[in-house]
Amino acid sequence: MRAAGSIGAASARTRSRVGASSLRSLVARKGLPYALIAPATVVIIGVLGWPLLDLLYLSTQHYGLRELFQHQGRFVGLQNFATILSDPQFRYVVEVTVIFTAVNVALSMTLATIIALLMERVSSFVRVLLGAGLVFVWATPVIPAIDLWQWMFDYEFGVINWLLTRIGAGNYIHHNWFENPLQGFTVITVVVVWGAIPFLALTLHAGLTQVPKELVEAAQIDGARAWQIFRNVTLPTLKPLLLVLLSLSTIWDFQVFNQVWVMLNQRPNENYFVISVFSFQESFRVSQYGLGSAVAVVMVALLMIISFFYVRQTVRSINEAGA
Amino acid sequence: MRRTALRVFYDGVGLLIFAVMIFPIYWMITTALKPGKEILSLDPYWFPAPVTLENFISAMQVPFFWNDVVNSLTVVLTVVGISIVISFLAAVAVARFGFRGRTAFIVMVIGVQMVPLNALVIPIYLLLDSVNQVDSLLGVIAYYLAVVLPFMVWTLRGFVHNIPVDLEEAAMVDGASRVGAFMRIVFPLVAPGLVATAIFGFIQAWNEYIIAYVLLSSSSKQTLTIWLASFTTQHGTDWGGLMAGATLTSLPVVVFFLLVQRRVTGGLTAGAVKG
Repeated sequence: MRAAGSIGAASARTRSRVGASSLRSLVARKGLPYALIAPATVVIIGVLGWPLLDLLYLSTQHYGLRELFQHQGRFVGLQNFATILSDPQFRYVVEVTVIFTAVNVALSMTLATIIALLMERVSSFVRVLLGAGLVFVWATPVIPAIDLWQWMFDYEFGVINWLLTRIGAGNYIHHNWFENPLQGFTVITVVVVWGAIPFLALTLHAGLTQVPKELVEAAQIDGARAWQIFRNVTLPTLKPLLLVLLSLSTIWDFQVFNQVWVMLNQRPNENYFVISVFSFQESFRVSQYGLGSAVAVVMVALLMIISFFYVRQTVRSINEAGA
Repeated sequence: MRRTALRVFYDGVGLLIFAVMIFPIYWMITTALKPGKEILSLDPYWFPAPVTLENFISAMQVPFFWNDVVNSLTVVLTVVGISIVISFLAAVAVARFGFRGRTAFIVMVIGVQMVPLNALVIPIYLLLDSVNQVDSLLGVIAYYLAVVLPFMVWTLRGFVHNIPVDLEEAAMVDGASRVGAFMRIVFPLVAPGLVATAIFGFIQAWNEYIIAYVLLSSSSKQTLTIWLASFTTQHGTDWGGLMAGATLTSLPVVVFFLLVQRRVTGGLTAGAVKG
């Protein structure tokens, strides 16, 4: 009886040890990928996800200077949203942002496509030179780039004013570009588009090399014109790439902040409030963090709609590739 | 005949675009090399004559320049050091394992890159303010980590994915353990990708503006992108100094970027190009 019992216990022990080790190996096998992504997940959720939720929470708070000292906001429900949505200034902000985004995206995409197509047709020397120039512009950090454009558009000694006057475009001596917001935004557009072109043009140029040569030649033999080839052969091949670049550009241009803020020496007047600047101004200049957060929430929500397509396209392609 | 004329026309337009694109950079560098009276001249001087380094010297003598160089390096190197390890682990998981939640993780990594920092800087500021960590490099480092991580995970995933699994399996058939096979076969092959990704992370963190601008208020703790504003005062802007400072700030980035551009920048459009 004792013997049988101890045998039974021993076999149970063996069985449980086998079970434990296979369980451990199962955990090791199944758990490994989770262990590998754990640190990244913790950092991303902790440092970005948590503030994102906090932003949502802050947008329901009255959070002014007094609350800043107390580190404690006062719950006001959706009042912040009601305030900004009925604020004519906010309407102006949204309108300006949308127009600015549309103009900048359209200009950068069109110019980049033209440059990419041109790069296929120039001699190899010019192609290399142009490619190198584009990479240099791309490499230039955004803040120094804004500073150098500020210098080029300086009202007194700026080379642009001299050039425009010289070629007879009018009298631009001592012309202040930022007095009139339309002209100011033109300057900002120049800076944004100049900075955006290299990435777009070089990516499109790389994409163009994937357009099947046989198709183009076949179309030429059939007597298609250059424009027809572009429309019926090149464009369909490039379509997914164009759509991704279009959504990326929209995402980037919609949240432009540095170009406005640094260009105007950190004191843009209210004509220059695009949505990101407005949110920043409400928070850190007027100390209405709740209102600023509400504006930011609107901005994030709009961006999420634009991003949806981009994220879906990217994830889908990865899953199709089986990796 | 007509073909040649067309080619010459295209070349001409190409050269013109090159000139327009590159001129601002030329103007930044030459302005930095000009003596003051050539900078502040109503008729521009196209070439600096004589070339002078006085703008660079005075830029380096602006208070806190070296201080801010050290700050920038501290922040950026810490961020890159930590994030390259974390992102490599995650990249291996995504590229080599199929697991429940993988797609969700990928969506998070891609999606989070689209969240504007200008929006997040408000809660971040209030959060750090309540624990008295505003104006400390620590807060900035934590934040930059999250900024560079998604991109690095994503880029490294591509590098790991491009190394055939067969290589690992062959090593395992020959008796290597899974970890051994990975360390001896995959790691050496992916090392150049790791370097390139680390450099790109360096560039991203080095260029960041808004977080450093909001969080770091005392001049001794700022980074170089913020330091550039010190050339503009109520009395106007010291253009020579600013252009010298801008050139100095850009230099490491441009050099690094030229090194890694071809290897790294495909990641953003991975969804649209066959690869």
